[in-house]
Amino acid sequence: MLITDGLATFGRYIQLMAKTFSMPERWRMFGKQYVKEMAQLGVDSIGIVLLISFFIGAVICIQIKLNIQSPWMPNFTTGYTTREIMLLEFSSSIMCLILSGKVGSNIASEIGTMRVTQQIDALEIMGVNSASFLILPKIAGMITMIPFLVVFSIAAGFVGAYATSLMGVITVDDLTVGLLHDFNQWYVWMSIIKSLFFAFIISSVSSFYGYTVSGGSFDVGRASTDAVVRSSMLILFADIFLTALLS
Amino acid sequence: MIELRHIYKSFEDKDVLRDINAVFDKGKTNLIIGQSGSGKTVLMKNIVGLLTPERGEILYDGRDFVRMSKRERVLIRREMGMIFQSAALFDSMSVLENVMFPLDMFSDMNATDRRRRAEFCLSRVNLQGAEGKFPGEISGGMQKRVAIARAIALNPKYLFCDEPNSGLDPKTSLVIDELIHDITQEYDMTTIINTHDMNSVMGIGENIIFICDGRKEWQGSKDEIMSSTNERLNSFIFASDLAKKIKEANTD
Repeated sequence: MLITDGLATFGRYIQLMAKTFSMPERWRMFGKQYVKEMAQLGVDSIGIVLLISFFIGAVICIQIKLNIQSPWMPNFTTGYTTREIMLLEFSSSIMCLILSGKVGSNIASEIGTMRVTQQIDALEIMGVNSASFLILPKIAGMITMIPFLVVFSIAAGFVGAYATSLMGVITVDDLTVGLLHDFNQWYVWMSIIKSLFFAFIISSVSSFYGYTVSGGSFDVGRASTDAVVRSSMLILFADIFLTALLS
Repeated sequence: MIELRHIYKSFEDKDVLRDINAVFDKGKTNLIIGQSGSGKTVLMKNIVGLLTPERGEILYDGRDFVRMSKRERVLIRREMGMIFQSAALFDSMSVLENVMFPLDMFSDMNATDRRRRAEFCLSRVNLQGAEGKFPGEISGGMQKRVAIARAIALNPKYLFCDEPNSGLDPKTSLVIDELIHDITQEYDMTTIINTHDMNSVMGIGENIIFICDGRKEWQGSKDEIMSSTNERLNSFIFASDLAKKIKEANTD
């Protein structure tokens, strides 16, 4: 039963994506929506990304210094480990998990409300491909903005780590040496590539749950929760495969 | 003109529409009336293509909407305007942007002409000055008028109204009814209104179809309702004491 339900949901998701990825009817309108979504999903998320990344960067630095660094280890260990954690996992995977909560619920509740208030029916009756009109700009906007968010997150994490030097946790020199030690540029690209997949998961899965909602406000709330839970799970699964594939 | 021929629709094992045949004339306000759950909303959804009937034909000026290709359907949909029960305005857009939306999507006019056309449609429904407001900032009656303005923006051939007076006071309902009636004649459209508002029936019912238990029970005009001997129709139309007295007075 669970398997057949899951397959049926997956089938409906594929059908919706097929409807979504069609040529926009008016590029002018698509462009307008695309810019709006980049602002709403990307620019509006910069604040939370910077805030969380700054504090996580600082906390990672403190934890590594207190729990791992020892006289037997080189001084750059803390900076090096902080960089690797930020680059490899936090700024792509964990940050996207956080964004699935903020952006995913936003997308699902916005489209879900449009569904229950017949705004999507109104689009369909006008002859507009509602899936393409509503979902495609969200997916495109999210995929466009995510690399910037990843880079901002990495930078904010490093600033957070440097901020701990003000507390006397680590010296600026040790941290700088650690952050630069054996730097592999590919890790930045890996982080960005992973985040592109996660951005697609967040925007498409949340749109699916919003678009297929039926009922009233209670159902919109449930769809919003489902969107966050399912996209988070998919990000975690995808993270395993992508990490194995790209490492 | 829209013609329905032998329309059947069921959900699981429940027959909701059974052998519906009807003709909706051009330039007239055609009303579909019936009790809640009688199948009138399902019928409307089948006519506009939000649902597909199991059997039967829906002819838009002779073009079979049920069997035509997706592409042809889209073209017919651009000849339709619809006013929803909830108005269904896009709440992220201003009043002017809502009315401009179909023009932005489907017309080849330049930006100035699109704006001018939208402003004309808003003035046609007496909504000058509300252009910059958002749907959440205006009353239910104003929202319905914006929905009418949006529906007529592309000069549609067919206008559909799903319970346009729902949630409105009697005076505002009258304004909306008169507006729909006047616009129908002005643009020579085929208008179908789904309603159970008796004021609408007696006010603008030029061609009325009464649906009962998924079947067409009666068809006629507002004048013919008074003299109808159909028991089911009479028990629906003249359900209130006031309506009964009007009927008695009219009979006398």
